Amino acid sequence: MSNNSNKGFFDRVMLLDRRWVFLVLAVVVVSTYYIPMNVPVPASREVQTIFDAIEGLEEGQKILLAIDYDPNALAELHPMTYVIMEQCFRKKVGVIITSLSQNGPGMAEQAILDIVDSTALPKTYNGVSYPGREIVNGVDYAFLGYRAYFELVITGMGQNFRTFFSRDYYDVLLDSLPIMKDVQNYDDIEMVIDISGSNVVDAWIKYAAARYDVKLALGLTGVMTADYYPYLGSGRVFGLMGGLLGAAEYERLADNPGLAMDGMKVQVWAHLTIIAFIIIANIGYFGSHKKRGL
Amino acid sequence: MNPVMELGDYLWMTFAAFLTLATFSFLYKDNPLYKIAEHLVVGVSAGYFVIILYYGSLKTQLVEKLYDGQMVYLIPLILGVLMWTRFSKKLAWVSRYPIAIYIGIATGLAIPLEMQTKVTEQLQAMMVELHWGNLFDGGLLNYTNSFASLIIIIGSLAALIYFYFSKEHKGWFGGVATVGIWTLMLGFGASFGFTVMARISLLINRVQFLDQWRITSVGSAHQEGSGSYTAVYILILVGIFGLLAFDLIRTKGKTDTDLT
Repeated sequence: MSNNSNKGFFDRVMLLDRRWVFLVLAVVVVSTYYIPMNVPVPASREVQTIFDAIEGLEEGQKILLAIDYDPNALAELHPMTYVIMEQCFRKKVGVIITSLSQNGPGMAEQAILDIVDSTALPKTYNGVSYPGREIVNGVDYAFLGYRAYFELVITGMGQNFRTFFSRDYYDVLLDSLPIMKDVQNYDDIEMVIDISGSNVVDAWIKYAAARYDVKLALGLTGVMTADYYPYLGSGRVFGLMGGLLGAAEYERLADNPGLAMDGMKVQVWAHLTIIAFIIIANIGYFGSHKKRGL
Repeated sequence: MNPVMELGDYLWMTFAAFLTLATFSFLYKDNPLYKIAEHLVVGVSAGYFVIILYYGSLKTQLVEKLYDGQMVYLIPLILGVLMWTRFSKKLAWVSRYPIAIYIGIATGLAIPLEMQTKVTEQLQAMMVELHWGNLFDGGLLNYTNSFASLIIIIGSLAALIYFYFSKEHKGWFGGVATVGIWTLMLGFGASFGFTVMARISLLINRVQFLDQWRITSVGSAHQEGSGSYTAVYILILVGIFGLLAFDLIRTKGKTDTDLT
């Protein structure tokens, strides 16, 4: 058992109970959440390319939106799904939705229901007024659901969506859905946007982008983002949204501020707090070492 | 979102808010409320996955096809059943056959594409054309184009040299290796920054959810007694923070490691 009473300032800093860090961070996050404040979120090139690609689509064209994350990644990835889905529905771009993560169908269904409600209301984005309209399952979107062994499913969809998805999530025959009428495989869609919090993204890169030359963009959790930048450099993916920042950038571009933009002001203060803790810890580390002549 | 919702939905939302707070209670210390939340996550996830797996894959991809008379699907069925022989010490060797087939197919599919995406294309991406004339843009370094390319080339080569162990890292070779490790550190720093952002995002999301729960609670009361709902919310937050602060002050001189 240690006793801090005989220790100097630097030693006490080194022995700081980590729960102080939790407490200070919690107080900072909660308090700054309620302070009205705007932080600038300039869009990066890799997010701008995704936005431009979807914005450039015409009515009736189709994309595949892969919702490959579980509730544990909801905080970062749900805002991406919401903003992209709404952008597509507003522009009358068909959305084919798959969910190859185990608990992903629930995420996808929640997003669909919320965006269907949202699109029913008239809105103005980037100066363009969109009237509210009813989004119809099978016409405006198709939710294909989950299939096990995502590598094989992604490969199989390159030949025909019906190989693995003869029926959609609601047990309706794919052939009876108007949106799927002219869709056989990846050749019949404009791009794939994979919003992923797991290694399903590797399969999309390999088995869809590399094997079938599918135009692929990614929305990833912050933890994963740095690992996938090389694919942006090699051109295998054309856009990348990283974590809450990527989602906030997209929301700003789409002029549709949501939970991500809302969270960025808190991020700024939380990061400043963590930087302060890192500096204090380093002062303690070097100070205590110097004192001992190490 | 309409703050007024069905009573059933509101009760579920309240239960989720309770589970959120129960999970965060682990920061104080391990306790039965946290255990309840933890076990619920594991149990519900497993149960949900079993149902999704059956209706999403086994039913549509196997059972229905066999009912349709497509007997070729007996092969994956048999291979799948053979996997279960792992539970018998006597017959466990049989499970190696389906595993061998699965690994064979997966490897055959993956290796060429792994080489393509992770080696060949990454090498190509490194072989960029440098435009020395464009190194500066308006008197500043053109970090979006030529200067970025230069950094990629120097950084990649230096990092590769750092992992070359057949020559001692001394002299100019050691200098380049040092540049390599700095490049790696920059990469790790970027990953750490993104990771911090990710973890904070989770906390922010829970705060947003709890606030949404508060707003919904106010809405559910149709404005009557809305002040008391907000007061309860503030009391919960102050209570949690206060309890943690009190315990930290009470156990002054002991680290959390000592306490556990």
